[in-house]
Amino acid sequence: MRGTTATLRLARARGLLELRQTLTNPADIWNHCFWPTLMLVTLYFLQAHTFEHTGLALGALALPSILGMNASMAIVTMSQQLTADREDGTLLRAKALPQGMRVYLMSKVISVTGGLLIDLAILLIPGVLLISGLSLGDPAAWLKLGWVLALGLLATLPAGAVLGSVFTSARSQGLLTLPILGLIGISGIFYPITALPGWVQGAAQAFPIYWMGLGMRSALLPVSAQGIEIDGSWRHWETFGVLSVWAIAGMALAPIVLKRMARRESGSRLSARREKALRRTA
Amino acid sequence: MTTDEPLVIDIAELRMRYGANDVLCDVDLQAKQGEVLCLLGPNGAGKSTTVEILEGFRARSAGHVRVLGIDPARADERWRARVGIVLQSWRDHGRWRVRELLAHLGAYYSEYSTQRISRPWDVDELLATVGLTSQAGQKIKFLSGGQRRRLDVAIGIVGRPELLFLDEPTAGLDPQARREFHDLARRLAAEQETTILLTTHDLPEAEKLADRIAILANGRILAHGTTAQLIEHLAAEGEVHWKRSGRAFGTTTRDTTGLARQLFEQYGAEIEELEVRRPSLEDAYLALVNGGGES
Repeated sequence: MRGTTATLRLARARGLLELRQTLTNPADIWNHCFWPTLMLVTLYFLQAHTFEHTGLALGALALPSILGMNASMAIVTMSQQLTADREDGTLLRAKALPQGMRVYLMSKVISVTGGLLIDLAILLIPGVLLISGLSLGDPAAWLKLGWVLALGLLATLPAGAVLGSVFTSARSQGLLTLPILGLIGISGIFYPITALPGWVQGAAQAFPIYWMGLGMRSALLPVSAQGIEIDGSWRHWETFGVLSVWAIAGMALAPIVLKRMARRESGSRLSARREKALRRTA
Repeated sequence: MTTDEPLVIDIAELRMRYGANDVLCDVDLQAKQGEVLCLLGPNGAGKSTTVEILEGFRARSAGHVRVLGIDPARADERWRARVGIVLQSWRDHGRWRVRELLAHLGAYYSEYSTQRISRPWDVDELLATVGLTSQAGQKIKFLSGGQRRRLDVAIGIVGRPELLFLDEPTAGLDPQARREFHDLARRLAAEQETTILLTTHDLPEAEKLADRIAILANGRILAHGTTAQLIEHLAAEGEVHWKRSGRAFGTTTRDTTGLARQLFEQYGAEIEELEVRRPSLEDAYLALVNGGGES
């Protein structure tokens, strides 16, 4: 269809333009580099420490986990950007254009994914050089990393879009921060999950953060490291299963919620929000 | 222009109800191709609701609505490409550069060209038209308020719309920019036969731009017609001031010219410093809205 290729072309152009904008802007470059640098420094010093008596370096355990965590944060990025774009009128502009909403959403998927891949590379490339104990020689490792990442994005991007449609202001987005930090704390990112009580482990396993961390560890760590995981296994099928459920649920829900959100967008809603926001800053 | 030419805007018995509240009640409104129609009314009169229904952004409760021959509630992307909206912007696309954004948004329209209209507007030509040529490479967040407003207008017309919605288009513009904008709006209507639906609080602006004006208050159309018809219909009064033998006089009347003629007939050369202000749209508007409020 002629229309579809045109829409895809516009979405790609828009997504790449927005991505380039975040890479040519000092504040954004700082955001891209600050946390990875901090984490790498921490990981470097954690190398001397091992987990209990397993002989596994905490630094090597945490690097893939942090990669997984960062990837699952696509849910937050997507959600925040959607809310911000609704608040500042970007979305209404999209609505006033032919094919605008479709182009907007596809371009968001492109720019958020692109930004994420860049962030992962910023962490992974120096990480591989600095941290010892990772097993990267095997092409199978990269294959695993690939499918965990791809499925992880399918699980988190639509879910993020749903969240972004639900929160009406950047302020209310702030409510997300605390639960997410809590979730990171119990998801075995900085310390193996098996060190936590059973019910906490159960809760963490309902969310993608834990599974993406596990998937990344399974890709980048030697087989012997799975001994400290739940059931002493990488649990590939379970990883696939939980992430797929998130992906399917997100993709089923997102179009409905997004359509409802788009339908409600109008000039008077936007100006009401603007007035509310200006009152706050005044 | 033939009489059987289809109307660009055609509303009959439009009704909008929230709960038990009628926000719009039996609104009838028409606009022909190339016509500038202005919707005037106090805040909360139902202007935004009417415009948003026409833009396809809001569902109506009842009534007949056709915009470019199509019901906006069921319109497709092809219809969307024929309609331009100048939005009240705030801070969207702050990181984009002016030319970059206009070129990008213009590309959405490129597959909707027709034999008569080639879409989109050439970016450089458009930048020159709205007076943003020297800001072409600038980031949008660094534009001044007036420049930002010109960009809003450029975005609204980049697809060469057949119908353009202008909501408070000159709010925040300096007199020079306002004048330029008025010229642009008239040129769009005259040369490109763009139909324009304008909402404004600026009565002189309405008087200057509009072919026809509809006054909306409490969800109803109170009056509808050309500026002259409205003033005539609403019996608005003009003002006449003069001096005779050093004393100042002043009065208001519907027939300013008649009064002036009578003064000269009666007093001849005694009349000095004659000042005649014909009834303006503002007088008519205030008479109507205040009268409507009191009754």
